[in-house]
Amino acid sequence: MKGERTNRLRVATLWLSGCSGCHMSLLDTDEFLLKLAEAIDLVHSPLADAPKFPSGVDLVLIEGGVGTEHDLERALLARSRSRQVVSLGDCAITGNVPALRNPLDREAIIREVYGVAWQPERLPALLPAVLPLHRVIAVDLFIPGCPPEPERIRTVLTAIIRGEAPQLPQEMLSFG
Amino acid sequence: MAETISINPVTRIEGHTRIDIFLDDSGAVTDARFLATSFRGFEAFCLGRSFWEMPGITARICGICPTSHALASALAGDRLLGLTVPPTAVKLRRVLALAQVIQSHALSFFFLSLPDFLPGLRDDPARRTLTELARSHPDLVTNAVQLRRFAHDITSRVGGGVVHPQWIIPGGMAEPLSEKVRQEFLSQIPGLIAIATATIAQFRQMSDGLRLAGRLGSLPTLYLGLTSAEKTLEYYEGELTVMDRKGTLLMAGAVPERFPELVAEELSSWNYLKGPYYAPLGAVDGSYRVGPLARLNLVARAGTRLADAELATFREQVGAGHPVHDVFFAHHARLIEIMAALERLQELLDDPTIIDRRVRSRAEVNQSKGIGVCEAPRGTLCHEYHVDENGLLERVNLVIATVQNSPAMNRAVREIARREIRGARLTEEVAQLLQIAIRAYDPCISCATHAAGSNGLVIRLVAPDGTVVQAFPT
Ligand code: SF4
Repeated sequence: MKGERTNRLRVATLWLSGCSGCHMSLLDTDEFLLKLAEAIDLVHSPLADAPKFPSGVDLVLIEGGVGTEHDLERALLARSRSRQVVSLGDCAITGNVPALRNPLDREAIIREVYGVAWQPERLPALLPAVLPLHRVIAVDLFIPGCPPEPERIRTVLTAIIRGEAPQLPQEMLSFG
Repeated sequence: MAETISINPVTRIEGHTRIDIFLDDSGAVTDARFLATSFRGFEAFCLGRSFWEMPGITARICGICPTSHALASALAGDRLLGLTVPPTAVKLRRVLALAQVIQSHALSFFFLSLPDFLPGLRDDPARRTLTELARSHPDLVTNAVQLRRFAHDITSRVGGGVVHPQWIIPGGMAEPLSEKVRQEFLSQIPGLIAIATATIAQFRQMSDGLRLAGRLGSLPTLYLGLTSAEKTLEYYEGELTVMDRKGTLLMAGAVPERFPELVAEELSSWNYLKGPYYAPLGAVDGSYRVGPLARLNLVARAGTRLADAELATFREQVGAGHPVHDVFFAHHARLIEIMAALERLQELLDDPTIIDRRVRSRAEVNQSKGIGVCEAPRGTLCHEYHVDENGLLERVNLVIATVQNSPAMNRAVREIARREIRGARLTEEVAQLLQIAIRAYDPCISCATHAAGSNGLVIRLVAPDGTVVQAFPT
């Protein structure tokens, strides 16, 4: 199995500064998961054991905004190795709830939660603000919603699997 | 030269984490730490907002247990208003709490942990994925899908939202339940109970062959959680109970609002997780665990027929002991809780008052402090809010299940590292064992740091001078 090439689409999912709810909505597509398994290989995901982002990825779904240096690195890497990038959910598209910290100073947030004296060692740094994904990398497609309803995710993935250009109908283009 | 080993990231857990293993000059393991490497700061950026917004905002801490956050938040809000929630609203909130348990435990068991247990998948990291699981074991994925669909349908049709429920509000519920929806859910329960029964039988077969019992860290701790007054499983309100390492109750019947005074938090410089302990016993002796294992240790009975029968088996099985300290059995505990939740849902939905239209009480802010406590799938969850006279937040403290389990996870990691690492080298097998141990705790890092990170865990071996000598994955 290792490294075997199939004619299935190589799909990855990433989880940046979000709550994992968008990933849950993907799982909530229920029986569609079985269909998906016939058409795609999940090559990198919080739901898989492949810890490195591979090259030659056809499609990456990214949940969450870009809030840490680590998020930034991973977004750039995912872009450079993937043909299509999808912003999955409001956090990736607007920053959403995690971006509520943006008006505050990073140091002040950490002081508020951990006290004045706390001196962290070796932890990934917060960026000054949580940024929408498309501020950092080019994004090919947006699926709004907090989380996007499973139906929206199903609609997009079905089109992509068929090799068609995905088009979300008007009523599937709302935030929240 | 002394060294550090690091595993980064631990995959198939919910969040972004790392394990650091510290070596001395001879290459022996001196220490090991499981740490969370991200942070979002909800406690800071919610200040100045209204407590009315908090169920909706704090649900976005975690997409895996959003209902638990909304419930703890609404409970804290109820206290700020100083009102009594209508009995039917309490029942609806209980329905949502139980659906939350089913949804999260089914995720943990089927999608995150099963690949470790299934021959074929477990031996090849490239195959430990959801899509491989769906291709090789479509029956198991179908079972997971049915349990999860039932649970997320409850979240959206009783709770009013996909993933994040919107109708759980201070004072009760925003909408009542209809008879039609009630009947639809009732009709599904027998089939789901059959799935739960079959899954438990399958797991028992697997677990004999796995030989993981005794290998994942079995250090005794205290246990803390909510139980009902009858000492059965309870996820919403109930009484705070604490048990010592030998199974003797240290506290029972305490009101949940006492949680913050019973738990103290220790800060560490190397982790975004705080280390809570049972305050009356101090940081060293007060190390405790919460979650499925804790709850099944704390209760006298599960409180429903099939779950009670399985609980008896759980307690009698070889190597378990009482209380059950070995975290491997947490998988079994989760399946028993899924069963108990289905049976309790049947009882709650059978009750004709569940469709009563009165589900909301109204009041102004009457108290400046509100504490809400519930049992999230991973354990006791506490939201504490302090507000001004307009209900704007002045202080927010959230105590999360995974954070409470993090000291125990560290001890487990240390125990395994000391026992299994030889010659300052991390083998694929040991890295795998460490990850399986962490997954048995089902840590939710998006909750714990109130910060979703990404693809799991990194393991690193670290020398005394701080250089990383080996990292996994490389
Ligand atoms: S968009 Fe909503 S569901 Fe998705 S990660 Fe953000 S808060 Fe969670």
